Amino acid sequence: MRTVDKKTKVSRRRFLQTAGAGTAGVIAVAQGALVMSPGGAWAMEVKNLQPSTMATLIQMARDIYPHDHLADSYYAKAMIGYDEAAGSNGDLKQLLQNGVGELNSAAQAAHGGNYLSVPWEEDRVALLKTIEAEAFFQTIRGGLVTGLYNQPELWAKFGYEGPSAEEGGYIDRGFDDIDWLEA
Amino acid sequence: MAKTYDLNDDSVVVIIGSGAGGGTLGNELAQKGIDTVILEAGGRHEIDAFENDEWNMFSKISWLDPRSTSGNWRVAKDFAGLPAWIVKAVGGSTVHWAGASLRFQAHEFKVRSTYGEIAGANLLDWPIGLDDLAPYYAKAEDKMGVTRTNGIEGLPGNNNYKVMKAGADRLGYKQCHTGRMAINSAPRDDRGPCQQIGFCFQGCKSGAKWSTLYTEIPKGEETGKLEVRPNSQVLKIEHNAEGKVTGVLYADAEGNQHLQRARVVAVAGNSIESPRLLLNSASAMFPDGLANSSGQVGRNYMRHMTGSVYGIFDKPVNMYRGTTMAGIISDEARNDPSRGFVGGYEMETLSLGLPFMAAFLNPGAWGRSFTSALDAYDHMAGMWLVGEDMPQESNRITLHANEKDQYGLPIPVVTKSDHPMDAAMRKHGVAATAKCYEAAGATDVIELPPYPASHNMGTNRMSAKARDGVVNKWGQSHDIPNLFVSDGSQFTTSGGQNPTLTIVALALRQAEQIGRLLNERAI
Repeated sequence: MRTVDKKTKVSRRRFLQTAGAGTAGVIAVAQGALVMSPGGAWAMEVKNLQPSTMATLIQMARDIYPHDHLADSYYAKAMIGYDEAAGSNGDLKQLLQNGVGELNSAAQAAHGGNYLSVPWEEDRVALLKTIEAEAFFQTIRGGLVTGLYNQPELWAKFGYEGPSAEEGGYIDRGFDDIDWLEA
Repeated sequence: MAKTYDLNDDSVVVIIGSGAGGGTLGNELAQKGIDTVILEAGGRHEIDAFENDEWNMFSKISWLDPRSTSGNWRVAKDFAGLPAWIVKAVGGSTVHWAGASLRFQAHEFKVRSTYGEIAGANLLDWPIGLDDLAPYYAKAEDKMGVTRTNGIEGLPGNNNYKVMKAGADRLGYKQCHTGRMAINSAPRDDRGPCQQIGFCFQGCKSGAKWSTLYTEIPKGEETGKLEVRPNSQVLKIEHNAEGKVTGVLYADAEGNQHLQRARVVAVAGNSIESPRLLLNSASAMFPDGLANSSGQVGRNYMRHMTGSVYGIFDKPVNMYRGTTMAGIISDEARNDPSRGFVGGYEMETLSLGLPFMAAFLNPGAWGRSFTSALDAYDHMAGMWLVGEDMPQESNRITLHANEKDQYGLPIPVVTKSDHPMDAAMRKHGVAATAKCYEAAGATDVIELPPYPASHNMGTNRMSAKARDGVVNKWGQSHDIPNLFVSDGSQFTTSGGQNPTLTIVALALRQAEQIGRLLNERAI
C-alpha cells in the first residue's frame, strides 16, 4: 500500500529565519530580541514579549503536546502569533507575562531554577498540572489545538496528506490499498 | 431565469431555510407551479468555494451565531458555545452531511406502543407509520441517487471500511456493507461519480454527493417559480387577528429589515433555530410563542446517542482516504431490550482529518496520553455510533434570559442530559465497536466523547393530538393552519438512523399536502 513518507522535508515559514532543519528535543534559548535554538537551526525575532517569555512559551507548548518527531520550530510557529497579538492586546500581554512569571517562581521553589532550566519533561509537566485550570494555561493549550495541528507543514509527519481534490482524490491513489488484513 | 418576488406579494409560500427539508420542499412546490420564496440565513457558496480544509470550511459555512448550553452532556463542557455542528449556507447541512440515507424501521415510528412507558422519557408514537412514508422514501432515494436502491451499485469500500468489514466478518455480523449513500457510484442526474476525495464534511468538490445546493435548488429556480434569497436571517413570523400567519420579518446582509408577505410559511431552520423562531415570534395573541398551545415547542430535543471509537493498528490504515461514511454495520439496529436498553444503533465508518482529530480526540486533554494516541493517526480506523435517543421534555431549546444576538434577539439555550437508556446504549455500542476492531487486530482502542451534534431533532414534534405536540401528520401546525414545520424538528422520535432521508421524504409528502390545501383554498 502507498504510505506517506514522514521524513519528507517540508517547506518552512519565512518568519523563522532558518539555517537548516530544526532539531527536536532542545530548549529554545533567548539572546537579544531573538529566540533561537542552541544550534542556530532556527531563530525568530520578538517585538512585544521578552525573548525569555517566548522561549518559555515554546517549551511549554512542547510539554503540553509532546511529539518527539516534531522539531521545536513547529512549536515556535504555533506560538509566534502571541508576540504580535500582545502588541495590540494589553490584557493578553499581561496574562502571558504574569503566567510565565508564576511558572518560573514555581520552578524556582521546586527546582531552584526557572522553567526552562528544569531538565526533565516529567518535572515540568508536574508544574503545569498545578496551573492547568487557569486562564493562562487554557489560553495556551486551547490555541495550540489549531496553532500546532493546523500547520499543513506538519501533517505529513503524522501520515496525513491534507487536501486531495486537486490531486484527483484517492480513487487512483490508494483509497482501498490496504494489503495486510487477514481474511 | 430565477424569478424574484415582491415583498408585498402575499400569494407566495415562504420557506425559512434551504437544507434537506426547506430546499426539497421549495423545489417540489416550484415544480407544482406554486410561487415560492426561500429565505436562507447564510450565504451561497457554490462548489468552487469548497476547500479540502477542515478549519477553513468550518469558519466559512458553520452556524457560529452565539448559542448557550446546559445539562449533563459533555458537549456543554467541551463546546459550551457550540452545541451543534450545522451549516449556515444555501443548501444547509446537506452541504456538510456525509450522505448516509437510511429508512427508519417500522417500529421506530411506534415507539410508545413498542417500548411501553419508560420513566423519564416522553415517548409518543408518530401519527404516521412506515407504510405512509414508504412511497416517499422510494421517491427520495431515487431523487437523491441512494446506492443499493433503484439498482444503483454500492460505493467501493475504502481502507477504513475494509478494516470494519474484517472485524464484522470475524464477529459474525451479517449486515455490513458500504452503506446506502446519496453519493453517486456512477454518473447520475448530471453529476459525476465519487472520486474518493475524503472531505465529505467540507462540501463535496466533485458534486457526487447529493446536496440541495446543486440539485433541488437550481432545479426549482429553473421553473421560474422559486426565488432563493441568501443572507436573509428571519427574525419573526407575523400573524393577523384571525391567528393566521401573514409574513416574516427578516434582516438582510446589511442588517436592514424587511417584511416578506406570505400565504403560507414553512419553517425549516433546523431543530435549534426553528423552535427559537417560533418562541421569538410570541405576541399578545400567542404569548408562549407561535404553534405552542401544547407547550411542546422547543421540548424533546434529541441529537441521537452518539460516540466514536478508533482502533489503532500496528500497520497503516490511512482512513482519511475516500468516502467518509461509506461503511455500515446494521446488526445492532434492532430493538432488543435484553441488551439493557430499548431501540438500537447503527455502526458507521467515520474519519476525521488530523486537525479535527486533534480537536475532538479528547477535548481539553493534554500530555503524553493524548499525543501518543494522535501519533498513531495514520494507523487508526474509525467508527461512529448513531442510535435512538429518548425524547425528554426537559431536554429543550429555550430563550436566554439576557444574552442577545446581533439582531437583539435572545440567543438559544440548548439543554440536554442523557437518559439512562442513552448511556446504556452508548456503553453497549462502544464495547461492540471495540470488539470489532480487536477482531480485526487492533492493538489499542480509544473512545472519543460525543461532539457537537449534526443530528438535531424533535423540538417541534409531530403528534396525532394537538396537546401532545406541535404539528400534525403533515407537519402542519395544530394551532395555525397556514404554518408548517419542514425540517427534522418535526420528528416525534429520533429513530436509530441518520435523519436526512426521512427529512427529505417528509418534505416530499408535505409538498403534496400543501399543494392540495392550496388548490382547495383551505389555506
